[in-house]
Amino acid sequence: MMAYIIRRVLYAIPILIGVNLITFVLFFFVNTPDDMARMHLGEKRVTQEAVEKWKEERGYDRPMIYNNEADGIKTLTDTIFFDKSVKLFAFDFGQSDDGRNIAHDISQRMWPSLAIALPTLLVGLLVNITLAMLLAFFRATYIDITGVVLGVVLMSISSLFYIIGGQFLMSKLWHLMPISGYDTGIDAFKFLILPVIIGVIGGIGSGTRWYRTIFLEEINKDYVRTSRAKGLSELKVLFKHVLKNAMIPILTGVVVVIPLLFIGSLVTEAFFAIPGLGSYTIDAINHQDFSIVRAMVFLGSVLYIIGLIMTDISYTLVDPRIRLE
Amino acid sequence: MTMGTIQFAFLWTDILIFILVAAIAVFVIYTIKHKHLRDPWKRVFQRRLGMAAFLVLMAYVCVGLLDSVHYKKGDNPEIISLFDDLVGGLRTREEKSYSAPFATHLFAKEMMERADGSRVRGYPRLQYGGAHLQDPHKDKWADITQRVLQAVLLALIAWLLFSALMILWLARRKQQTWRSMLSSVWHGKESLPWKVVLVTLGLLILFMALLLQLSTHYHVLGTDKVGQDVLYQSLKSIRTGLVIGTLTTLFMLPFAIALGIMAGYFRGWVDDVIQYLYTTLNSIPGVLLIAAAVLMLQVYMSNHPDQFGDVISRADARLLFLCLILGVTSWTGLCRLLRGEAMKISQVEYIQAANAFGVGHLRVISRHILPNVMHIVLIAVVLDFSGLVLAEAVLSYVGVGVDPTTNSWGNMINSARLEMAREPMVWWSLIAAFSFMFMLVLAANLFSDAVRDAFDPRLQRQQ
Amino acid sequence: MSGTLTNRVFGWTSFTAFGLLLLTACDGRPWNNPYPLKDDGSNILYSEFSERPKHLDPVRSYVSNEYEILAQIYEPVVQYHYLKRPYQLATLTATDIPQPRYLDSNQQPLPPDVDVSQIAYSVYDIEIKPGIRYQPHPAFARDEQGRFRYHQLSDEQLSNIYTLADFAHTGSRELVAADYVYQIKRLAHPRLHSPIFGVMTDYIVGLQDYADTLQKTHAQRKVDTPDRTPYIDLHKLDLAGVKEVDKYRYQITIKGKYPQFVYWLAMPFFAPMPAEAERFYLQPGLVEKNITLDWFPVGTGPYMLTENNPNLKMVLQRNPNFHGELYPQEGDPGDREAGLLRDAGKPLPFIDKVVYNLEKELIPYWNKFLQGYYDISSISSDSFDQAIQFTGEGEATLTDSMREKGINLLTAVQTSVWFYGFNMQDKLVGGDSERARKLRQAIAIAIDIEEFISIFANGRGIPAQGPIPPGIFGHTEGEQGINPYVYNWVDGRPQRKSIADAKRLLAEAGYANGRDEKTGKPLLLYFDTAMPGPDAKAFLNWLRKQFQKINVQLVIRNTDFNRFQEKVRKGTAQIFRWGWNADYPDPENFLFLLYGPNKKVLNNGENGANYDSPVFNRLFEQMKTMENGPQRKVIIDQMLEVLRRDSPWVFSHFPKGFSLYHSWYANVKPNLMANNTLKYKRIEPGLREQKRHEWNQPVLLPLLVIVVVLLLMILPGVLTYIRKEHHSNNRSAV
Repeated sequence: MMAYIIRRVLYAIPILIGVNLITFVLFFFVNTPDDMARMHLGEKRVTQEAVEKWKEERGYDRPMIYNNEADGIKTLTDTIFFDKSVKLFAFDFGQSDDGRNIAHDISQRMWPSLAIALPTLLVGLLVNITLAMLLAFFRATYIDITGVVLGVVLMSISSLFYIIGGQFLMSKLWHLMPISGYDTGIDAFKFLILPVIIGVIGGIGSGTRWYRTIFLEEINKDYVRTSRAKGLSELKVLFKHVLKNAMIPILTGVVVVIPLLFIGSLVTEAFFAIPGLGSYTIDAINHQDFSIVRAMVFLGSVLYIIGLIMTDISYTLVDPRIRLE
Repeated sequence: MTMGTIQFAFLWTDILIFILVAAIAVFVIYTIKHKHLRDPWKRVFQRRLGMAAFLVLMAYVCVGLLDSVHYKKGDNPEIISLFDDLVGGLRTREEKSYSAPFATHLFAKEMMERADGSRVRGYPRLQYGGAHLQDPHKDKWADITQRVLQAVLLALIAWLLFSALMILWLARRKQQTWRSMLSSVWHGKESLPWKVVLVTLGLLILFMALLLQLSTHYHVLGTDKVGQDVLYQSLKSIRTGLVIGTLTTLFMLPFAIALGIMAGYFRGWVDDVIQYLYTTLNSIPGVLLIAAAVLMLQVYMSNHPDQFGDVISRADARLLFLCLILGVTSWTGLCRLLRGEAMKISQVEYIQAANAFGVGHLRVISRHILPNVMHIVLIAVVLDFSGLVLAEAVLSYVGVGVDPTTNSWGNMINSARLEMAREPMVWWSLIAAFSFMFMLVLAANLFSDAVRDAFDPRLQRQQ
Repeated sequence: MSGTLTNRVFGWTSFTAFGLLLLTACDGRPWNNPYPLKDDGSNILYSEFSERPKHLDPVRSYVSNEYEILAQIYEPVVQYHYLKRPYQLATLTATDIPQPRYLDSNQQPLPPDVDVSQIAYSVYDIEIKPGIRYQPHPAFARDEQGRFRYHQLSDEQLSNIYTLADFAHTGSRELVAADYVYQIKRLAHPRLHSPIFGVMTDYIVGLQDYADTLQKTHAQRKVDTPDRTPYIDLHKLDLAGVKEVDKYRYQITIKGKYPQFVYWLAMPFFAPMPAEAERFYLQPGLVEKNITLDWFPVGTGPYMLTENNPNLKMVLQRNPNFHGELYPQEGDPGDREAGLLRDAGKPLPFIDKVVYNLEKELIPYWNKFLQGYYDISSISSDSFDQAIQFTGEGEATLTDSMREKGINLLTAVQTSVWFYGFNMQDKLVGGDSERARKLRQAIAIAIDIEEFISIFANGRGIPAQGPIPPGIFGHTEGEQGINPYVYNWVDGRPQRKSIADAKRLLAEAGYANGRDEKTGKPLLLYFDTAMPGPDAKAFLNWLRKQFQKINVQLVIRNTDFNRFQEKVRKGTAQIFRWGWNADYPDPENFLFLLYGPNKKVLNNGENGANYDSPVFNRLFEQMKTMENGPQRKVIIDQMLEVLRRDSPWVFSHFPKGFSLYHSWYANVKPNLMANNTLKYKRIEPGLREQKRHEWNQPVLLPLLVIVVVLLLMILPGVLTYIRKEHHSNNRSAV
């Protein structure tokens, strides 16, 4: 087991190098160091001299990937790419281009992201499973059919509509909660209700549908039929056998997204002024802050890979028949 | 009215769309000729919702295709589409600023000069909307009712005509009397749900008739900030939505199929390389990749302005590129599915045997593996479509969507969301964009459900 | 049983949601109140920021949203008078408004009225008031032996520090003239990239040399101590043009005569900076925790920044060491009637605390203002109709619903100008040829600025007749002030010339009907822009329509902001839109945007149109050093005539700022030059509390309806099931 995990972790390294290279090429193709300097020095009265100074200050005055003028190993190491990438692997993200420590910012901003994403996931899971059970319970009745159609309808509505509509109704018309904002500690609660509700409603369509399929698949299995034939009531069958067995695919499906919860949601955070990592990323894109974007891409990739490994492990834990190769 | 000379202009997306249409046509003909391919499709159309969704989708596709024939007319250097030509005045009847659906006056008060030279602040009459009315306050609703009634009548006649023709055609094909045909259609005894066809088409015809009758004299969905008809924008956005939903898939399929099957079939280092490739791509957050790529395109465009002479071809290039980059970010999922499936299939004995007999890899793949994974590809394609249409709106919000000059629902929503803060609220752009998008996505989702039910062997077993 | 189960599940979720909601609301306060309970009724002003300020170091900051914070903290020697117009300077920390002495090239004094050509240097002697103290700050904290407590932070000390507030001890000290000198030296620091360094080298004697010396020292220090940001004690390096005379006096020497220099002294660039602060903040451990001088200012002003979380909020709190300043005793005529002198002579500031919340999206911001959670709001074009209506005379007033809420409106023409620039180096639209000039004039007529203002700014602007906005010397109202190449004076107001006139000009330029007479090709023009955002599409469509009116095709080249700037810089743009916001209330600050030697191309100045007219340049040089007066006016009018004829810009408009404020907010008068106006403002928390209660009663009915509808949908199914179960049970029993 341990050996497997270590092997998977080692396997992640070339992937992360690849990720780094791709983002590096993409961003520097668009964004020369000169551009970055001007972006950060402001609009009024900027001289080329100031730009050069800025670049030198931050180590952007070197060649990109290959240094012709240096010798030996330095041809590769004395470059922007090497300098800016190697430190990532030690989670030393350095400074953003406006001089703030990125690791510190990330460590502060991931909690609000998590505060939105985790309740959304848990409440969503609860609601979706409940509804899916309901549909499975009433399968092939009008409730099931209406439920499925309603699910498709909910799925077909743009997520932006949920947000705009939700803010408009709940906050503007009904004064139920603050329209946007965030606070630390217990005060955060009232700000979280609306985004969480909207997140849950937005996910009901696809979630319920997906879990319903899982339940139905389980219900049609032989052992369920047998236990029903033995005279167990439908409800008992549903809870004792179907739910228990269906939890395996459900939970393993959830495991993969858990690490990514830290990253947060771009659109939700922007609309609700949540100071999480999602809005951090959007800001960075808009300000073309390469250091932050690179750090976020790296972080996202790491979390994604962790999610994959966790999924594999959780499979073996819940189902001993699967052995890790 | 003289038409003048017509000079066709082919945008890149136009060409690709027509290639796609041609490919689909070939596919359809091929399918019709082979029974094992035809049967699942028959199951798709036997489902009432599937049939209705298909017809709605076709209506959207028609608008999209009409909007994909571009040309310049006479001396006018502007490129317009066949659709623009057909809707005529809808495009050109621009007011000064906002007006509500069916309004006869502008939405906001303005300084107006009276005949006697004095200045008052009031709601000016629209230049086109309800301009034919003498006294809009008194006549408007009577006029609208009259037009609606006309439209209903028109639609009814057209529908009856169509229904009669259809019944007669069916009767002739099945060699029955039209009476018995009518009754079996009515009672749903035919294998295909013709009644649903009739009802759906009836609604579509009615919808069209209403628009025809009303949109010539009113702005049915109001006008936007610069006075453009919102209905026109919503209809123009259909093409963008369809292009993103289909061309993205077109770009993604070759990669996904080739790499997925190769990985599953050859295994070993090929599998390692391909897995490495897609895990790497997959682990980059999609939005960042798209943002970077779109910014990159903008750089290219501003460095090569001569290649993108006019607004419309610039916008088109960006749309195409967006499809491309969306394709790059979305092929990995399908690729992984195909890899697994190909792996399973290549374990099957007859393929092992074929390998043992020295049958070429290419032959094995094209003869045995590809046909057996096609259902997965098909399901993935229809499932992806609606997701892509929805994604366009979100990307436009983030600022890396289609060109701001392109008509798209995302752009409409993005510019309209600020209008929600107005009081009285300007709701029509937002609602129009959401509704048109909703209908398309809903139809696509229902259709993809039907396709999945019909093609997925697992679900087949259950039924 | 199933009935109870489903009810339980449903009941549970809805019950908790409601229960939690009720929990937060059990005290009867509005549920949607975004602020903590303990702040209810406090003397706190609520404001917002949409983008985090990039720099709060006064030597770097040059953006209005940064000034909004900085100006409350740092105190330059002079400030703008809050109430008096036209704008005039008043003292802040100085004893008097600095007046220059003139010297010739041999450093000999000259009489004040001497001819400009003889003046080689101007010397400003500045004296500050004694007894002014800095805000409490850990950088000043000393231990029992009198050593600085926190200038040699150990890792152990650092481990408990997350924000500035975590330092247990603070200290303070008196403000001295040396602090002002220190800050001016910082303008030349290579690490700080001050945006005005380039401009100031033209004026402050020895600044360039000083920068060179610093550069060398800095580079050396970087080699010596590679793992930390090098610190240079600027006190030890002398700057020729800036001298500390004694504890309370210092002296600045500038080259030649530059009357506008005193306005620079009112900007944060010339605020005092204690050397202790810089030394404190440069410690490596603090930089890692984002505790830097760029984020936590140290000043003598009425407020201090106690919380700076750019991801969430920034908090300004009253500085307990503030030296005290009194509300102005006199103002303009009418100020007394408007209640602006009610607090005359009272000690400033009035408000205890200001909370700036991050608010990125406009709709939430606007709604929170309407709900009473923000005290003041500027209004965007889209929420405009709700708030404002125009009277018969075109005067803006509030709508009835706003007035019922007690909301007040404040309007002011801003000291900025928007324009469409032609790149004068472009082959088609640029150059001094009559042909290009007529083309530009035609376009100037075709772009209907009045319509732009009405559609996109909702009337919040005045069509510009030239580059100088109202309120700045050189602006002329009425018939004399119109641009005769674009407007006619009809019935007592300017009227845009007709499209026929524009077409005629176009034909004279050789593009009859939008086609080049020689080649017969249609005229294609390019508009370069980097417009993001929702309004872009509407605006660009509108602009295309303007050009279509004279049969000219406009191609939009939309790109990202960097690329756009690069185009303007390299002179590859053709037509672009740009704006300028005044640094100080002097026409020179606008006209220099068109001065040839300030060209963007080659010289990298601020003249984006690359306009270079010898006549204009000569007049500019003359006007620049003159005092305001009839003579200066004559020259400015000549310059305006040259500009209007050459038309390197299409003058768009002077934006009008409209802002709304609630009835509990007082002492509001727009002052576009002063940024440190927070100290004059006053709020009434009691009234605010009452209104918030009134406006934010929760509406619960719809929620109940939704729950009931959902239950009703499920109920028949449940009933059927129970009947079935019952039935089958009966059967099995049989």
